Amino acid sequence: MLQIKAKITSNKKFKGSCWHCIVNAPSLCRASKPGQFLNVRISEGLKPFLRRPFSIHNIFGGKLEILYNVVGEGTRAFSGKKSGDYLDLIGPLGKGFDYVGARGKRVILIAGGIGVAPLLFLSKEIKSRDKLILIGARTRDQVLCEKEFRNSGSDVKISTDDGSRGFSGRVTDLLKNIIATEKAAKGAMQLYACGPGPMLKEVCNIAIANNLQAQVSLEEHMGCGIGACLGCVVKTKNGLKRVCKEGPVFYAKELIW
Amino acid sequence: MRVNLAVKIGKLKLKNPVMVASGTFGYAEEFKGFINLKKLGAIVTKTITLNPRRGNPPARTCETPSGMLNSIGLENPGLEAFLKDKLPFLEKLGIPIIMSIASEDDSREFIELAKRLNKLKAVSALELNISCPNVMGQESLISQDCQATYSIVKSIRRITAKTLITKLSPNVTCISDLAKAAEDAGSDCLALINTLSGMSINTERQSPRLAAVVGGLSGPAIRPVALKMVWEAYNKIKIPIIGMGGIIDTPSALEFFIAGASAISIGTANFINPRVSVEIISGLGKYLKRKKIKDIHSLTGSLIYES
Repeated sequence: MLQIKAKITSNKKFKGSCWHCIVNAPSLCRASKPGQFLNVRISEGLKPFLRRPFSIHNIFGGKLEILYNVVGEGTRAFSGKKSGDYLDLIGPLGKGFDYVGARGKRVILIAGGIGVAPLLFLSKEIKSRDKLILIGARTRDQVLCEKEFRNSGSDVKISTDDGSRGFSGRVTDLLKNIIATEKAAKGAMQLYACGPGPMLKEVCNIAIANNLQAQVSLEEHMGCGIGACLGCVVKTKNGLKRVCKEGPVFYAKELIW
Repeated sequence: MRVNLAVKIGKLKLKNPVMVASGTFGYAEEFKGFINLKKLGAIVTKTITLNPRRGNPPARTCETPSGMLNSIGLENPGLEAFLKDKLPFLEKLGIPIIMSIASEDDSREFIELAKRLNKLKAVSALELNISCPNVMGQESLISQDCQATYSIVKSIRRITAKTLITKLSPNVTCISDLAKAAEDAGSDCLALINTLSGMSINTERQSPRLAAVVGGLSGPAIRPVALKMVWEAYNKIKIPIIGMGGIIDTPSALEFFIAGASAISIGTANFINPRVSVEIISGLGKYLKRKKIKDIHSLTGSLIYES
């Protein structure tokens, strides 16, 4: 775990309300694993006051990428940062995805909205030639990172809630269809998901119903991000667990929704 | 010029007056990657109760202007697990460890805790948390009642020779009355202040941002309130005060000394800058040198004003 001031080399609007930031941070890149996150101090002042957690989207040649949605005061301030500005970063934090077991297996990554963020890094690290990415969005204009996933050597399927692109309906319904048609491969199939809470809950239900192993990356408001304040807990079968420390990635079978 | 940052709180000798506040530093291990923990004046643990506590349901925190609300609800592993899993690490640091303790609803638990801890050398002092606003179902706090405060401090004073720190709530009409009650009962020191009760609402959902609806407000938002309470208590009592509430840097730490604190505690700022405590230790030294003040002790209550 490091605390560094990293120089922003680019911070641009990516698509709609989604922004893409690149920082120069070789030491962080070396230490980071897919599914881990950074706790970012956006302002030197009091607005926003707390750090904001962002998953590590990608690492490339000593540069680290953050993909974020502008949703509130913190992310609005983040989008105001310019190339050349510095970001105070703590990371890599949390337990990332366990993807060693995915080697050689059929892997399905399920992303809802900005949930693509940690999955790109994961898709690049997973040693499997049999990767499928399901990208879900409300509408066609909000489909994120399709090109990036294709470039990482994965098959990509799109779903939109309004049917404007790809499968019409929820990404979890698309997942159900795929599992139903791929019954033979079930035993070896591994699911990884990130997205809104209701979507992740559904992924967990699908995984459990089909006896598949699934890991989901959760999002929570955090106080400290390092396990001290106990602010970001979620219910699991083994009691409350900290999203920042025992998570943000959890197995479907351990979570209580 | 050499300056002295060492202070004495009851029987406790601190090499500097900067500690970290209960609940904001875990059990210290979480911060070992950021600072040399041995540099701290003291560490106050997250509050321990006799039995493990699950705490409150999530959501437990939210940001508010210049601060945050929390409603953790005293989640902790209980005394036994603390002694087994957390204390050995703290003990090895060789700096004073102040153990924050609370009872869920029975004062006998407080006494049992104090008795058990009495024997432990690794515990340098006890901080009585009679002011946590986040225990659901609890209608009032011990520290909102002078008689109840007096009575609990007195009963623990009787059974322990360890330095006793009483942490008071700002959610009261007159803080100096409570401060006096704790002093009269034999408290060696006061910790001022715990969080202020507050709430925040998500207007789209018309729902509270915290699952427990209300929580404790901390951060710079509460600093003026905390300072005023330290100053009021300082004028009424003789025992030392550990000042806290929204300290984020050296100037804000200095404010508390000038208002009347003998030591200070860093709370929420640890979340934003995990190195803030050691930065303040060095900042205090520089300030004393620049102002040609030999001893931090002379800064306590040094407020200059026309009355």
